[in-house]
Amino acid sequence: MVARVQVPSGAARGEVIAVRIAIQHPMETGFRYDLRGNRVSKNVINNLVCRYNGTEIFRAEMGSGIAANPSLQFYTVAAESGELQFEWVDDRGVRGEERVQLTVRG
Amino acid sequence: MLRPRTVRLWGLLLALFAFGAAAAGDLPRVRSGIEYASGNIRSMQADDFANPGMLWVTRGEKLWNTPDGSSGKSCAGCHRDAASSMKGVATHYPLKDRGTGRLLNLEARINHCRETRQGAEPYRYETDELLGLTAYVAHQSRGMPLQVRVNDDNRMHYERGKAIYYRRQGQMNLACTHCHERNAGRRLLSETISEGHGNAYPIYRLEWQSAGSLQRRLRSCYFGVRAGLPEFGSEELLDLEFFLAQRAAGLKVETPGVRR
Amino acid sequence: MQWMAGLWALAAGAARAQPDVANDLRPLIAELTGGAAVNPGRVRVETPRLADNGHSVPMKLVVESPMTAADHVLSITLLSPRNPRPLMARFVLGPRAGRAEILTRVRLNGTQAVLAIVQLSDGTFWSGSAEVEVTESACLDAG
Repeated sequence: MVARVQVPSGAARGEVIAVRIAIQHPMETGFRYDLRGNRVSKNVINNLVCRYNGTEIFRAEMGSGIAANPSLQFYTVAAESGELQFEWVDDRGVRGEERVQLTVRG
Repeated sequence: MLRPRTVRLWGLLLALFAFGAAAAGDLPRVRSGIEYASGNIRSMQADDFANPGMLWVTRGEKLWNTPDGSSGKSCAGCHRDAASSMKGVATHYPLKDRGTGRLLNLEARINHCRETRQGAEPYRYETDELLGLTAYVAHQSRGMPLQVRVNDDNRMHYERGKAIYYRRQGQMNLACTHCHERNAGRRLLSETISEGHGNAYPIYRLEWQSAGSLQRRLRSCYFGVRAGLPEFGSEELLDLEFFLAQRAAGLKVETPGVRR
Repeated sequence: MQWMAGLWALAAGAARAQPDVANDLRPLIAELTGGAAVNPGRVRVETPRLADNGHSVPMKLVVESPMTAADHVLSITLLSPRNPRPLMARFVLGPRAGRAEILTRVRLNGTQAVLAIVQLSDGTFWSGSAEVEVTESACLDAG
């Protein structure tokens, strides 16, 4: 899955920073029909977790009410330099992962 | 009694005003679809992170650097860094390829390269791969004005495209001009009709819940007036694209655009 | 050259808005809160008043909270009175968030007031909502 992750290039210790992730995924509702008249089965990213140096800081349990190609922005306190790891899975069990480095000054 | 210097200043102002008014009156006003869009769509397009079309640009960048076909070469293998080699390229498309004599849009050019240079299968329209590569290449010209020129070599495509544009068709018996020239800026139910330019393509369309090509959008318009849909890559759609590119001359490439 | 559009893969959404649904959210809310009372306030749901397209509506959730270890937001749940599935999403936060604010994009099956239920670390529940007007596409786009 193609995904884009964005964190600030650097942060001061204790600063609250925005964390953004966008993933290409149809978030198929299960209510659409293809041109043959068959229902397209539901398939959404149902779970997304963000870990900061191994500790979970954010979780999203999503349904078909979240738009296709989901985009999420949340916040975390820049506690220390390290890695933000994102992991997600859809209804078919297909997993995705992204990692980004965060530099914390001070 | 006015002093000579004041008279000269007023005279200068008057001359500037007259010139300005005349110039504004003479220039045709061509506006990108983004100017007809809501504030939310505009901010979505302006923010590279919020813009879902950038997911396809990212995909295109990956593909650009991935070897493919019997050649084992990637796009980068010949074209190196797209940011420099592809800069300005999209502003000239569609164009008539001197080698084959075919009118090519960006999608056709990419597939032509794949087949002849990489020994790879062409990508179908609306696949993530073709959308990704087209978006990535066009994106390198973002901010640059379209400059498709009509000359003796390609004039027939322009004339054919123009004839299509002004031709009534479909159950609703409407031509492109009826919405996109005569009624641009006016409302159709809750939506505002744009001038129908292709300068932002491939776009992310909220209605599609995906990125899509200009040809996909044109086919939707054919459906809109209940006309038969031309095939992807058909002469009809290419000629129409060519006419549209000339009509949009001067508008800046916005790829990837966001539209409702 | 004849291109096969790959229309099967496109799976053009022939289904337009779902039949009119009116969800009774009370049992769902009771399940979420374990029967505890839900107080209106503390959470703001910010959306455009008129959506460009129901497929993708930007939404911002903001909760007034110091986000300290002692006093923070545990979760925010989004509910829809009109979508075929009333439970839209649940976001789990914690004191490390620093700010209880989430931005995302949602799907809305017609005009409705989206409801956000917030669970705080002190065991209380709060709610906020925003009405969004969703219209149909003017020029039907079959894909």
